[in-house]
Amino acid sequence: MITVFYIGLCVCCFLCLYRIGRGPTAPDRTVAIDILGIVIVGFCGLLGIATGKDFYLNVALAWALLSFIGTIALAKFLEGRSFDE
Amino acid sequence: MSNIAGYILITIGITFDIFGCIGLVRFPDVYNRLQASTKCVTLGTILLLLGVAVISGFGATSAKAITCAVFILITSPTAAHAIAKGAYSSGIKLWEKSIVDKYAEQVRGDKEGS
Repeated sequence: MITVFYIGLCVCCFLCLYRIGRGPTAPDRTVAIDILGIVIVGFCGLLGIATGKDFYLNVALAWALLSFIGTIALAKFLEGRSFDE
Repeated sequence: MSNIAGYILITIGITFDIFGCIGLVRFPDVYNRLQASTKCVTLGTILLLLGVAVISGFGATSAKAITCAVFILITSPTAAHAIAKGAYSSGIKLWEKSIVDKYAEQVRGDKEGS
């Protein structure tokens, strides 16, 4: 059962990586990076119950925060503004 | 019993994730991709984390999972909105078969009004 979940999430990750590599414009890549971050947060939660170790949920929380901050920084960079506005 | 409920939640969540990522690959435009993938993947990951919380029972693990789900529920639409606005103001055109552009109409109205 867990193996099927791993395969599904790996398929999601590789579709996101395809869009990051192929994407014609910069916002396509930004969207794909955002989605990849959220998918990996789910992956960390799944690893937490598959291995029975608790710290994977801490990794998931930190990954969600860093992914959000990185996406906001990339969006402001796309908009052509500096970071302190 | 709670294991079965949790696995059902995780299955639904991963199905939504896969559909969102297929939308990310298949759709023709930045805005279409954004609207397909962000909503599907947000809902899918929240369902997955709720399934993790249900399986692990009442404790620290489920508290962290629910905190993570609420955080994603708040931040993912914010990030999608910021990306859409950044993409529009960096000059990405809409797909040629898109017919409605409310944001351009609003920007033009603001310029005429002021």
